[in-house]
Amino acid sequence: MERVSEIIREKGASTALIIGVFVFWELFCLMAGISDILLPRPTQIIAALIQYWPAIWPHTWQTLYTTIVGFGIGVVIGLLLGILIGSSKLAYDTAYPLLVGFSSIPKVAVVPIFVLWYGAGTVPAILTAMIICIFPIVVNVATGIATVEPELEDVMKTLKASKSDILWNVSLPRAMPYFFAALKVAITLAFVGSVVAETVASNRGIGNMMMIASSSFNVPLVFAGLFVLAGLGVTLYVLFSLIERRVTGWAHRKTDVASA
Amino acid sequence: MNAILTDIRPGETAPATTFIEFEQASITYGRGAKAVQALAPTSLKIAEGEFVALVGPSGCGKSTILKMVGELLAPSTGHVFVAGREIGATPIRIGMAYQNPTLLPWLNIRDNVMLPLKIVPPFRQGYRSKRKTEYRDRVEALLAQVGLGGFGDKYPWQLSGGMMQRANLCRALIHDPDLLLLDEPFGALDQFTREELWAIMQDLWLSKKLTVLLVTHDLKEAAYLADRICVMSARPGRILDDSPVALARPRTIDMTFEPDFVALNQRLRAMIVGARGGTGIVNHAPGAA
Repeated sequence: MERVSEIIREKGASTALIIGVFVFWELFCLMAGISDILLPRPTQIIAALIQYWPAIWPHTWQTLYTTIVGFGIGVVIGLLLGILIGSSKLAYDTAYPLLVGFSSIPKVAVVPIFVLWYGAGTVPAILTAMIICIFPIVVNVATGIATVEPELEDVMKTLKASKSDILWNVSLPRAMPYFFAALKVAITLAFVGSVVAETVASNRGIGNMMMIASSSFNVPLVFAGLFVLAGLGVTLYVLFSLIERRVTGWAHRKTDVASA
Repeated sequence: MNAILTDIRPGETAPATTFIEFEQASITYGRGAKAVQALAPTSLKIAEGEFVALVGPSGCGKSTILKMVGELLAPSTGHVFVAGREIGATPIRIGMAYQNPTLLPWLNIRDNVMLPLKIVPPFRQGYRSKRKTEYRDRVEALLAQVGLGGFGDKYPWQLSGGMMQRANLCRALIHDPDLLLLDEPFGALDQFTREELWAIMQDLWLSKKLTVLLVTHDLKEAAYLADRICVMSARPGRILDDSPVALARPRTIDMTFEPDFVALNQRLRAMIVGARGGTGIVNHAPGAA
């Protein structure tokens, strides 16, 4: 019972904080007399959200689509690269410097190149979302696989386990908590990638919608776009957290025991 | 019918058959000026079904010997034969247990113990069809033998250190190995749990009669469990002394207080202190180990 009330207290506090921020925002704008061209009030943003919803909806769908596709491809490539780099010391030493250099390029800077190659539209957004989420996945999966206890590896080798036996039975399951931690980072990054690409070169998507809205000084609609992005980001984050709990619950159980 | 086979593969009636043989085998790590010899050329014979303990100061190459037998390391010079063949070509089954139990946290104890059956032939062929019936019973029986009956559904984090180490022993034995390699398996346990596990280990060995090679720091443990104790020198490791333990089986904890046992312990201890290059002062502090 004590734990239940503890959970309610925790959730209650965070909910109260969120509501508090919005109330403060609303009151601050009202009392300071800030124009909605500069900073619209939350109620105005919600009104814009409702008013323009038929127009917002296709853009939301487009952004969600490019993000998910880019993220999906990124996850597959990241996982494969992570397994490769994590399971071979040679691959690790060889590829890691390149990977670090590659990751330190601001991904926004490659959008014009994608546009040059594929033209404005859906493809650059997908590619940007993909490229931005590969790195955290590679690093995490490689770390998870490379840090298998040497004793455990010895035990497996004396059983004459093949590389794939070790990978499927030990390394991959062991890397799963790392993988899911990376997924949660990667999905939010993927949104950044697709929205940036839409802002630069697309005629669809939330990023594009916000560009157009801001050029016509429809600031509440710009903020409505931000709200939609935040909503999408949070929803997917929660989704992956739930999957994570199911798949890698064993890695989080220890805290339950400690508090029981 | 298979008279030739019995010549190659030692039968049960010939207990003195050599199972493991080191022929001037040595290990050197690194190259050139940085080369460190971990194990000086060593010759050693271990008979089938024998329980041999390796004791000696830290870093003397005990674990190196174990790894060579387990085919994890190839000798730099010399040869290592297991079951009459050079290592790498040996068709024998090996079980291994370290001080760190390394149970997989995402599997329950039953599935952890079952892991070798998933990998080692001939068990792996039948794994899919038998894992819920025959193999499951096999695991449960072994768990019961080490006092873990009914714990198959528990996860490693729900078990104490001693229980995890029992499960670790089960994992090393479930595939009926010909050879069991133990690297300080009881080192991290408290004294009473350790003594309990000695008894369990002895029972397992008496019931299965497999060859065991045990690396340990604990002289009492070596004398309690082993048929033979090899004392090694400091790096580069050499075998200084190789003596049988003439104590009746099954051994009990009470026997560890008898004069024969104590005398053996003292003799081994003096030898290791000498091997470490220790002074006589250490000898007068019986608590220091």
